[in-house]
Amino acid sequence: MRSQTLNIRNYTGFASMTVVCLLILYLPLAVVAVYSFNASQSIVAWEGFSFRWYVDVFTGLESEKFKLAARNSFVIALTAATVSTMIATLAATGMTRGGRFRGRTLSFGLISLPLMVPEIVTAVATLIFFNTIGFERGLLTILLAHIAFCIPFAYLPIAARMQGIEETYEQAAQDLYATKRQAFTKILLPLMMPGIISGFLLAFIISLDDFIITNFVKGAGVETLPTAIFGAVKQGIKPNIMAISTMLLGFSIVMVTISYFVSKKDDEV
Amino acid sequence: MAGGATIEGSNTTATYEQARTWLLLPAWITLAVLVLTPVLLMLVYSFLTKEFRGGVIWEFSFAAYEQFFCDRGLFGDDPCSMEWTYINIFWRSIWQAGLATLLCLCIGFPTAYFIATRPERVRPMWVFLITIPYWVNLLIRTVSMRFMLREEGPVNNFLTWTHIIDEPIQMINTNFAVQVGLFYSYLPFMVLPIYAAVERYNFTLSEAAADLYATKWVILRRVLIPTVKPGVIAGCILVFVPSLGAFLAPDLLGGAKNFMIGSLIEEQFKGNAGNWPFGAAASMILLSSVLVLLMIYARSQVRPRRVHSEGA
Repeated sequence: MRSQTLNIRNYTGFASMTVVCLLILYLPLAVVAVYSFNASQSIVAWEGFSFRWYVDVFTGLESEKFKLAARNSFVIALTAATVSTMIATLAATGMTRGGRFRGRTLSFGLISLPLMVPEIVTAVATLIFFNTIGFERGLLTILLAHIAFCIPFAYLPIAARMQGIEETYEQAAQDLYATKRQAFTKILLPLMMPGIISGFLLAFIISLDDFIITNFVKGAGVETLPTAIFGAVKQGIKPNIMAISTMLLGFSIVMVTISYFVSKKDDEV
Repeated sequence: MAGGATIEGSNTTATYEQARTWLLLPAWITLAVLVLTPVLLMLVYSFLTKEFRGGVIWEFSFAAYEQFFCDRGLFGDDPCSMEWTYINIFWRSIWQAGLATLLCLCIGFPTAYFIATRPERVRPMWVFLITIPYWVNLLIRTVSMRFMLREEGPVNNFLTWTHIIDEPIQMINTNFAVQVGLFYSYLPFMVLPIYAAVERYNFTLSEAAADLYATKWVILRRVLIPTVKPGVIAGCILVFVPSLGAFLAPDLLGGAKNFMIGSLIEEQFKGNAGNWPFGAAASMILLSSVLVLLMIYARSQVRPRRVHSEGA
């Protein structure tokens, strides 16, 4: 009987399809990562292992441009993720602990709006908006746009986590004469932490990776890492681009891994 | 301060009911000002007159929509006949996004199923493997695909090395490359929701069907797929919607000839064409199509499954 149930579950070919799927997903990234260590000037031939393009990224001709772009990217991502996580945490508290109220569906719709509107449309709309109110395009416009579209990405893991926490904990705290504020900061917030961290990391990566919206709302001469990479790639893929890409790739993987272990630890509790 | 009055009926009294408005206010303001208002403003812009160096003149005009649908000849005074240029671009975008969705489904469904049927202990590892590419910068992924497909790239090298082809074939700057790029970009979006649905699937249903002499493929087609359909539809939407408005794949892999609606819109704002009302109109048409699609999806969702628990 046991073997029969297993047999029902397994379909021939599905395992190999999974292998194909993972190959498709990882092969291009692996190839770029390998070639970023190529000693050759050209990207075609392999001439042995070398760190020269990584050195080039930090000291080469274009290094100033990329360093500035990287700093812009990280400052924007850090600020946007922090602000949007705070907004999302408050909103999630209101949505999951606020009881029934009119406009709940509408609020949820508003929060998930950036997920429903195609990115290029958001980009166009934001550009038009800043243009109409006469807001000069620069770092600040990028930051404001990023805060807005990061909110749903921060909100979803936080709200999901909060829904899993029973309200009785806070009620117990209040029964023991904790104020609402204390119940929030001492009870709910620590319990929510794994959700908040996931939300923050997700928002951070989303902001760091964004190209389309940034490309529209950035001012002339202001670059983030993705727009700088895009500009360089338009001239052709050079080895230093592959080194930068590989570093960003590594950074993303580290972030996902942290997020994975935070949520995993959380499951054990 | 005694807050102990919430003991009776603790399920109905929400802890932060009074503070609710204040808690939600920052989110409301941010999104209303920075997303909702801009979208409405874009609608207004699509009915304005273009200024030649980008920007608009505040005069009401249908010109943008007319340009999209209407061909008035070289001098613009012929009677309106159907203009196919933009409709064709739009149509090709829909077609390519649809094909990308289908390809993702063909690879994504078996993968999601396979992962969901692994022992519970190792499942998170598999999901993790699918999640990583989902988190990696889309620009970098598209660039790496461009690297793979270029004339002297690994794919061509491999194919010539194995003597499948005699000399490198041009793949970059073709529709084929765009298609591959879209498929590759959004594949993880297909796997994750289907996985979530199959994981919840109750396999005793399959056993019951097997007891009634259904073969494995009949079980798959008649029992499993109908049950996990919401996950499949969610995956399809998550692939189709971003594919439809994609910019990076057509731009970096398709080159100048293989326009999709995303590139058409970008051109109006960043390129030399510089027709903002037309770009706004094209964006509105794209947005409306997506919203109609999402509304059909929302309608088709079985209610009890999706309702959000209201503090219960």
